[in-house]
Amino acid sequence: MDFKDSPDEAAFRAECRAWLEANATRKTRPDQVYGRGLNAEQLMAASREWQGRKAAAGYGAITWPAAFGGRGGTPMQEVIYREEEGQFEVPPNAFAVSLGMVIPSLFVHASDEVRARYVGPALHGTELWCQLLSEPGAGSDLGMVRTRAERCTDGRDGWILNGQKVWTTYAQFAQFGMVLARTDPNVPKFDGLTSFFIDMQAAGVEVRPIRQASGEAEFNEVFFNEVFVPDTQRVGAVGAGWKVTVTALMNERLSIGGVMPPGLWKTAAGMMREASLNGASALADGRMRERLADLYLNAHGLWLLQARGLTALGKGREPGPELSIAKIVGARTLQDFGYLAIDLQGERGVLAAEEQGEAWRLVEQLWFGAAGMRIAGGTDEIVKNSVGERVLGLPPEPRTDKGVAFSQLGS
Amino acid sequence: MNFDFSDDQKLLRDELRKFLVNESPLSEARRVMDQGLSHSAAVWSGLGGMAVNTLMLPESCGGHGLGALELCVVAEEAGRQLAPVPLASTLYLAVQALLLGAGEAQQLRWLPRVADGQIATLVAPLDGSAMVRPRFDGKALHGNAPLVMDGEAAHFAVVLADGPDGRPLLVVAELDASVARRRLATIDPSRGFAALAFDATPAEALDAVDDAETLLDTLRNRAAILLAFEQLGGADSALAMAAGYARERKAFGRAIGSYQGIKHKLADIYTRNEMARAHCYYGAWALSCDAPELALAAAGARIAATDAFGYAAQENIQTHGGMGYTWEMDCHLYYRRARQLAVALGSRHAWNERLVRELEKE
Ligand SMILES: Cc1cc2nc3c(=O)[nH]c(=O)nc-3n(C[C@H](O)[C@H](O)[C@H](O)COP(=O)(O)OP(=O)(O)OC[C@H]3O[C@@H](n4cnc5c(N)ncnc54)[C@H](O)[C@@H]3O)c2cc1C
Repeated sequence: MDFKDSPDEAAFRAECRAWLEANATRKTRPDQVYGRGLNAEQLMAASREWQGRKAAAGYGAITWPAAFGGRGGTPMQEVIYREEEGQFEVPPNAFAVSLGMVIPSLFVHASDEVRARYVGPALHGTELWCQLLSEPGAGSDLGMVRTRAERCTDGRDGWILNGQKVWTTYAQFAQFGMVLARTDPNVPKFDGLTSFFIDMQAAGVEVRPIRQASGEAEFNEVFFNEVFVPDTQRVGAVGAGWKVTVTALMNERLSIGGVMPPGLWKTAAGMMREASLNGASALADGRMRERLADLYLNAHGLWLLQARGLTALGKGREPGPELSIAKIVGARTLQDFGYLAIDLQGERGVLAAEEQGEAWRLVEQLWFGAAGMRIAGGTDEIVKNSVGERVLGLPPEPRTDKGVAFSQLGS
Repeated sequence: MNFDFSDDQKLLRDELRKFLVNESPLSEARRVMDQGLSHSAAVWSGLGGMAVNTLMLPESCGGHGLGALELCVVAEEAGRQLAPVPLASTLYLAVQALLLGAGEAQQLRWLPRVADGQIATLVAPLDGSAMVRPRFDGKALHGNAPLVMDGEAAHFAVVLADGPDGRPLLVVAELDASVARRRLATIDPSRGFAALAFDATPAEALDAVDDAETLLDTLRNRAAILLAFEQLGGADSALAMAAGYARERKAFGRAIGSYQGIKHKLADIYTRNEMARAHCYYGAWALSCDAPELALAAAGARIAATDAFGYAAQENIQTHGGMGYTWEMDCHLYYRRARQLAVALGSRHAWNERLVRELEKE
């Protein structure tokens, strides 16, 4: 066992570092956040511009095959790049869904023409893609998607889309979206779904930003009103939409490492040192020391979990099922950190970042961001169901919807 | 980056598992407990036959140049079967003390005895607390040691004593007929502790010790990592037992594992176990290369594994309902072993403090 970079890895790290030194500013403290005073549009523009520069230099999609414009690199290289980038003040990554989930599902399920046209601009950040899965009546249970796609009856080769999506991250900025729609209500719910991509500017597509609990507006409601979708924009076979969706969701896998800010426990230790409790530094208090240890154990444990996954991938093996717990542990750890940080401020904890100063922005982002993370991409409860059933072999719950045509299901 | 055991080490794991599943089923721990034995002689000599005792020994003392990672594998597999053998006292403690504190010639006098299957132990407060120490007069030990792991069966022991000048000194003692031994009743009678009284027990000072306290500190860290692997193995097999029952047992017309109250509980156990596994592997790495992170990694492995095993053992009983609360079911064996191991090297609270002290240095 060792954690050392191999000679190749060390060389790649040096290369990343040199490029970052030339193209970005090094952080002066770990909790520094990019984009002071920028609004959402400006942040998105900066994020696109940064993605474009990365792509031009070969860091835009390190693990993608070269045939799709990637570097053909290893997951380890991806992590090395991220570790290095984490030390620089760069725009937030707005491409996790676009490049991490949607486009990779095109690799598998779309035609050569579609890939030739769309993959490049997505990689360079000029075109952003969103994922239109969840609906008001279909979140954890995506099988309940109601958005309808019906064959055109007017001679055009395509489909007419009607319905509503919700919680769609970055729909307001996206050029394209991948939609899960129902094409056949007369078969069981997972069998009657088909995937399409749509132009977000097409006639009949309406995007309404939803203000999030945190006050920002990253996600949206998206309405489809008689939207024409050419059949060339169908992805995968008719009725294979669930398969396409699962491919996209699987691609989320190793992304967790990116959301744990490095050195989080050090930030917490610093806050404890400065805060006072019972007339002494909070760091002298046994309960606080226990919290600090817990934070370290979770944060460092996640890093170690990822190291195990990378080792498996490096040896050409599938990572073990233990990676499935990373999202639960990660989100919970960040949420606990947010609570702790606010507590440590005592009465001043009532104040927002505008009053507390720049360093507080990270706390605020994590405090709310974590609450969203526990829901997005499969809630904690759904992940636990899946661990119980797929890893531990426990029986599923009895279901009333098995084998029943979608049209026969009550809502 | 290479954060996994090697294929050879996995092969060793398979072999050990095969042996222990056959020769050390939980009924063996139960037999040791029921018959009031100090340990299972059959399992101990069987492991010796697989050269487990010589792991980490120098070649001059019968070792094979294999090391710490292999011993971690042994510990996990032994933990999985709650194997009633003196691995911790002999290999994690006494052998480590001799490796750290004895010169070559002295090692050659004592370590081959371990290779031959003898049992050894450490007599020192493992939780760092102050304890009355036996007295060493330059040739022999006098006085009491109230709490000694495997003290009933041990052939020799490394002892923290008051030296002739009154200062603490590490010695190695022959536990011959001069030692009066009293078996102690413990919460897990499948693993023994004893009180020893030394009456001119022959002993010699360890001859390569700079500072006894520093050595004990390193020793605690090494032992904690190895013991954490035993705890991890126990946690995993308690989970397997609970999941097995949850798949079969029915209530209200369906398997209890289909209820989320049970399913999510077991997913929580799995989560803790895998986090503990990550920290244990980190400990194995630190142990194998004597990393500067040894103390941090040891505390992390120790706490995570203690919590994981404690939780798995307790919820395994719960998952089994009334059956889980019977003597006949094996649930209580895990419940006992988990608590015993949790305090055997000092409690989680003491380890938490060790962990945070390391964090403060960073
Ligand atoms: C920040 C954020 C970004 C998002 N981005 C996108 C996006 O870009 N595209 C997109 O399509 N969607 C997106 N979503 C939607 C997200 O995928 C869904 O919110 C999520 O899957 C949960 O679905 P739901 O909101 O309908 O909740 P519900 O499914 O109604 O769940 C409500 C509660 O019931 C629990 N529950 C449901 N079923 C079970 C069960 N079987 N067992 C136990 N408990 C259960 C849930 O765990 C939850 O606690 C986003 C959500 C968030 C918060």
